Amino acid sequence: MEEKVKDIDTDEQQEYIINIGPQHPSTHGVMRLVVSLKGETVKNVEPHLGYIHRGIEKMCESLTYQQIIHLTDRMDYLAAHMNNEVVCLAVEKALEIEIPDRVKVIRTLMSELTRIQSHELFWASYGMDLGGQTCYFYGLRDREMVLDIFEETTGGRMIVSYNCPGGVMYDLHPNFQKRVKEFLKHFRKVLPEYDDILTNNVIFHERTVGIGPLSLNEAISYGITGPSGRASGFSCDVRKHEPYSAYDRVKFNEVLYAEGDAFHRYLARVEEMRESMNIIDQLIDNIPEGPYAVKMKPVIRLPEGEYYQRVETPRGELGVFIISDGNKTPYRVHFRTPNFANLSVLNHLVKGFKIADLISIFGSLDFVIPDIDR
Amino acid sequence: MKYEEFGDNESLELLRESGTNVLLATIDDVINWGRKNSLWPLTFATSCCGIEMMQTGAPKHDFARFGMEVYRASPRQADVIVVAGTIVKKMAPVLKRLYDEMSEPKYVVAMGACTITGGPFCLHSYSVVNGVDQIIPVDVYIPGCPPRPQALLYGMLQLQRLIETETIKSRKIRIASHNYE
Repeated sequence: MEEKVKDIDTDEQQEYIINIGPQHPSTHGVMRLVVSLKGETVKNVEPHLGYIHRGIEKMCESLTYQQIIHLTDRMDYLAAHMNNEVVCLAVEKALEIEIPDRVKVIRTLMSELTRIQSHELFWASYGMDLGGQTCYFYGLRDREMVLDIFEETTGGRMIVSYNCPGGVMYDLHPNFQKRVKEFLKHFRKVLPEYDDILTNNVIFHERTVGIGPLSLNEAISYGITGPSGRASGFSCDVRKHEPYSAYDRVKFNEVLYAEGDAFHRYLARVEEMRESMNIIDQLIDNIPEGPYAVKMKPVIRLPEGEYYQRVETPRGELGVFIISDGNKTPYRVHFRTPNFANLSVLNHLVKGFKIADLISIFGSLDFVIPDIDR
Repeated sequence: MKYEEFGDNESLELLRESGTNVLLATIDDVINWGRKNSLWPLTFATSCCGIEMMQTGAPKHDFARFGMEVYRASPRQADVIVVAGTIVKKMAPVLKRLYDEMSEPKYVVAMGACTITGGPFCLHSYSVVNGVDQIIPVDVYIPGCPPRPQALLYGMLQLQRLIETETIKSRKIRIASHNYE
């Protein structure tokens, strides 16, 4: 007994290890973080994965290309449309199909609406993580409007499964343009409120400014993409550098900051909502007429070879790598998911900060856990 | 929920009529009234259904109308666990433990296709549990992938209806059936 007491008194190096998760409200899903603490300071964070590993990549090997699409939107469910799109683009690239203009514009519009609703949810949950319940209500109120637009056209609120190889599943709903314009008008009005509540909030500044800084070199070497990377100045927007769909015909700014702390990762997402609205503005009145899909064979067989396609999701660069051996099912599918790459930097970011900052940093990277585990 | 909207009124009447007396029935009514109007769910979301659960708590659909607004982060304070999202084999022991940590009376709502049968992952996946009822006893199943907020509300109202029919006797049988190995 005496020895034990002595140990605690003298051993200053002793670490205190706690588990955050797998079931914890701030992890936004089922993620287990094993945190080593010294006092209140975080020494080391070890994420444990696999609590929502569903084996999607392996499942893809026994499913046809049309069926794979319906699994991909369960990966990153907040960016369901982009997840569908990346597989469709890869298949179209492999088959060398020319896609009608209307499809390209529809996909771009839907992608940007998806980006807005995803960032709204980020805003809502990040505010709530840091103690602002109001954010939750404001963010989800406006997100509901986007979900209504999705529901009208695609039939799904969040898991849309709207893309198919060669185009989209159905044509746009006649109300689509009207609804989108209504939403933009409403959202332009309420976005300054978002700034009032959170961006200009002193308490929020205390919790985020200077917390978890990431330099440009580190961002590149860890492969941090999306708004988290762009907050560190890493110009990694796939929409700019390798335009797909209709991104080559719209003008928008790539939101870049140099600071790279939690606050600027947050700010990059809020600014991206503005840019997304600009993109929608440019396209909503010029949706070209034409077919909404190319007629495809019921059984798609990709020619033998390897294909890679990437798109920009709200959380970063999503890539799909398909190896085909000429059958109707792929030989191997691999997803380069943005969340998995972004998670790798967590340990580096939180070292030396307090445990309360861990929540702030973890939230600012905007993780979707099923996308990490797949 | 209104009487005529409930699908299974016959068995409801049967439950009410069999084996209740005036005194106990009144006590049951009072307890059940309190219990059904303050169902506190556990914040337990593994994937997509969790977002729809959040959306149900948000302004448009407003969970709070039915006394369920208080999401508890600790299973010891929660009455009902809404299993929202896929349960994989690594998560299954954790879910079982969460359920065991909850105090009686406790209820389970299986939300979404994944929790009912494994959903889109039931056939080809090697790691998904095909239905949470293999691990814990489920009271209400809500189909959909993910279910709409209205569907979740409907399911929770069905759960309230279930609680309304409980008696002291049936509760004992229920609790005994919770030792689920």
